[in-house]
Amino acid sequence: MNHASALESDQPVEIEIDYMELDTIIENEFGNNKENLIMILQAIQRKYNYIPQPTLTYLSAKIGIPYSKIYGVATFYSTFSLEPRGRNIVSICLGTACHVRGGERVRERIEESLEIKDGETTEDKRYTLESVRCIGCCSLGPVVKINEDMHGRITSDEVKSILGQYE
Amino acid sequence: MKIQSVIDLEKITQEHSGNLYHPDSVKVNIGMASCGIAAGAQAAFETATQAFAESKAVAIGQTGCIGYCEMEPLVEIFSGGTPRVIYKNITPDKILDAINDYQNGIDQKKWILGQMRDPRSLLEDDIDNPLAKVAPFEAIPFLEDIPFYKNQVKIALRNCGYIDPDCIEEYIAKKGYFALIQALNHSEPGKILETVKTSGLRGRGGGGFPTGIKWATCAKHDGDRYIICNADEGDPGAYMDRSILEGDPHSVLEGMLLAGYAIGSSQGYIYVRNEYPLAVKRLVTAIKQAETYGLIGDNIAGTDFSFNVKISTGAGAFVCGESTALMASLEGNVGRPRAKYVHTVEKGFREGPTNLNNVETYANVPAIVLKGAEWFAGMGTDHSKGTKVFSLVGKIKNTGLVEVPMGISLKEIAFNIGGGVPKKKKFKAIQTGGPSGGCIPERFMDLPVDYQKLAEVGSIMGSGGMIAMDQDTCMVDVARYFMDFLKEESCGQCNPCREGIKQVLDILTSICAGNGKEGDIELLEELGSMIQKFSLCGLGTSAPNPVLTTILYFRDEYEAHIRDKKCPSGVCKALFHYEIDAEACTGCRVCARKCPQDAITGEKKKVHDLNQDLCIKCGICYDVCKFNAIAIR
Repeated sequence: MNHASALESDQPVEIEIDYMELDTIIENEFGNNKENLIMILQAIQRKYNYIPQPTLTYLSAKIGIPYSKIYGVATFYSTFSLEPRGRNIVSICLGTACHVRGGERVRERIEESLEIKDGETTEDKRYTLESVRCIGCCSLGPVVKINEDMHGRITSDEVKSILGQYE
Repeated sequence: MKIQSVIDLEKITQEHSGNLYHPDSVKVNIGMASCGIAAGAQAAFETATQAFAESKAVAIGQTGCIGYCEMEPLVEIFSGGTPRVIYKNITPDKILDAINDYQNGIDQKKWILGQMRDPRSLLEDDIDNPLAKVAPFEAIPFLEDIPFYKNQVKIALRNCGYIDPDCIEEYIAKKGYFALIQALNHSEPGKILETVKTSGLRGRGGGGFPTGIKWATCAKHDGDRYIICNADEGDPGAYMDRSILEGDPHSVLEGMLLAGYAIGSSQGYIYVRNEYPLAVKRLVTAIKQAETYGLIGDNIAGTDFSFNVKISTGAGAFVCGESTALMASLEGNVGRPRAKYVHTVEKGFREGPTNLNNVETYANVPAIVLKGAEWFAGMGTDHSKGTKVFSLVGKIKNTGLVEVPMGISLKEIAFNIGGGVPKKKKFKAIQTGGPSGGCIPERFMDLPVDYQKLAEVGSIMGSGGMIAMDQDTCMVDVARYFMDFLKEESCGQCNPCREGIKQVLDILTSICAGNGKEGDIELLEELGSMIQKFSLCGLGTSAPNPVLTTILYFRDEYEAHIRDKKCPSGVCKALFHYEIDAEACTGCRVCARKCPQDAITGEKKKVHDLNQDLCIKCGICYDVCKFNAIAIR
C-alpha cells in the first residue's frame, strides 16, 4: 500500500469532512484522550471507509499529538487505509489453517477475477482486496470475509459467483 | 439489585436453572459463535425466531461455540423431560425441519451428532444430574462417548455451548461469580495468590509463565496497578480465545476481578484484536450486565474492593500480542516491544506494575478458586497442570476446539479426537505454536502435550493452535509462508529480526522458485541461529523456529527443491506440473468442466488430455478428481 502517494498525488481526493461529527468522536466518545488514538482512527475509518488525510492533521491539533506520530500509528497498523477503498471490502484470510487448505489458490483466483492485487481497489471502486492474517474461523478454511459476511469452506471455482453477489 | 453475598447468587440460580435445565417449552439453542455464523447460523436463527415468534411451545435461543466446528451449524434442542440432543450441519433450510423432527420424537437420526448424558459443568458437582431421570433416545450415541468429545475435560470451556453468553443469569446459575463473592467475603488477597500459585496454572497465551508467581510479583510492586487481558489472539489457526469471549465472556471478567482483588488493582483492560467484532460486542454486553449487578464498579459486594473494566481494540498487528507491544498500543502508540530489563509486572502500562494474562488463563481462575488448587493440580503432568484448549484445524477430519488434560499425546488429539487426515491422504506433520512454533513429524506423535516436551522437539505449546498437514503440504513452502508472515508483522526496530527475517525469506522464496543452491540450507541455519540469539523480543527470537524445525525434520524436501528442482507435494508452481494418469483416468469430464482455463480436453469415457501451455496449476482438477488420476510430476 503506497501511503506516500496518497498524500502527494497530483489529483487530491475530494472529500467532505464533517468536522462537527469528528469533534463528537474525539471529545464525546473518546474524551480527547491520547490513549484512544487507535480507536479514534478506527471510528474515522468506519465513517469514511478510509482515513482522509485532513482528519489526521485536524486530530493532531485537537488532541495534541505531533502529526508525525499520528501518521506513524496510521501506517503501522494494517487495518488502516490512507487511500479510499471500494464499496465492498474483500478480506481473504491467509492464516495457516486456510493456507494449508488452499487459501493461496483462492487468493489467486480472486486476484484474477477482479484483476487487482492484494491491497488494491478496482477501477470502478466496487471491490477492495485486503488480506488478513487470521480471521479466526479456522475450522472453516479457506475463509473470505466480504463486508460483514463470512464465507467459509470456499473452493476456487466458487470465487466468481460469491464475488458477483456484491454490488 | 447489587449482589452482596452468595445468597443473592443462589437466588438468581434458583430463578434461572429452570430455564437452563428444565425449560417448560422446547428449547432450541443455536450455536452463534463466529464459526457457526460463518456456516449459516445467523440465518437459521432468524428463520426460527420468525417462525416461532408467537409460539409458547418452542423457545429459540443462542449459545456459544459447541466445539465441533467441522459440523457447524450446530443446534441443541431439549425440553424438561426429554433428552438434550445436538443436531449437526443445520443450515437455514433445515432448521425448521430439525425442530419439527425433535418434537416428533426424532426420525432423522443421520442429522444428529449425539445426545448429552450430563449437562453439568465441573463446578456443579453439588447438584444432581438434570438428565439422570430422563430416558435417552434409542440408537442415538451419547456425545460423551463419541471420539471428538470422549477425552475432553472442560474447564476454560465449561460454559461454552451451554449458556447464552448474553445472559449473566445463566452464567451465575452455573456457579458463576461464586468464586469472586466468596473470595471477597471470606478470603484475604494473599490466600487467592497462594491458591493460584499452588494450582500450578501457567500462562495459556504461549509463554507458559507460572501465573501465581506473576501475580505475586506484581502485588509486591507499589504504584497504580493494572490488570490486562490479552485478547489479541494473533496466531493464525488459533481461535480458542475468540470462542471463550464469544461463548462465556463472564468467565474472563470474573478471572480479571479475582486478579484485581488478589493483586490490589482497581482497573482492568481487555485488549481485543480488531478481527473479533462479535467478541467485543459480547464483552460490552457482559460488562454492562455485571455493572448492573454491582459485580463491576465501586465497592463490589459491599467491600472496599472496586474494579472497572475498559475494552480497547487492536488494529491489525500481530506483534501487539507481545506484552510490551500491547501496552504500548494501549497507550495509543505504535506496537513496538521494548527489551524487558525491567519486567512489566514492575513497570508496564503507564509505567505502573501491570499483570497481563491471556483470555484462557483468566477463564481458568474462577474454577481454580472455587474448586481448589489441589483439584486443578491433580490434572496434567508434573510441569503442566490442568487442561489446555487446542484449536484442531487444517488437514484433519474433525476440526474444532478441544480441551484436554495436559499430558495427552499428540496422536490421541490428532487421530482419535481429530479423526485423522481426510480423503485418505497421508499425515505429514502437526504445527503447534503458531509462527513461533515448529512442525512436528509423525514419529513424535506419541509425545505427551506439555510445555516441556514440545520444547524438547523444537516447537512450543504456544496459544494452542494445532494445524495438521498432509502429503499435499510442502514443508519448504510452510517455512516460507511463516517467514512472509513474520516479515510483514515485524515491528522493524531491531536488526536481527528486521534484516534477518527478510534474508531468510529471500532465500526460501528463491528455493521455492527453483533457484536454490548448495549451501542455502546451511546459511538458513546460520541466519536462524543469529536471529534467535539476538532479537529484541519474542517475535524475533522465535521466528526461526518454523524454518529450523522443517530443516531438521524434512531436510529431504529442501534437498529435492534445491538439487532436483522438484516440489514433491505439488505446491511450488515452478517445481512441478500436473499430468493425467492414463491408467487411472475414467474420462468422467469433471476436471475438464471445472478447469478455469479450459486446459483439459477429452471425450466421455476416454482418457483426457491436459494442455501444459494453458495450465496455471490452480489445483482445481487435482482437488475434484475422484480417481487420483491427476498426478504431480
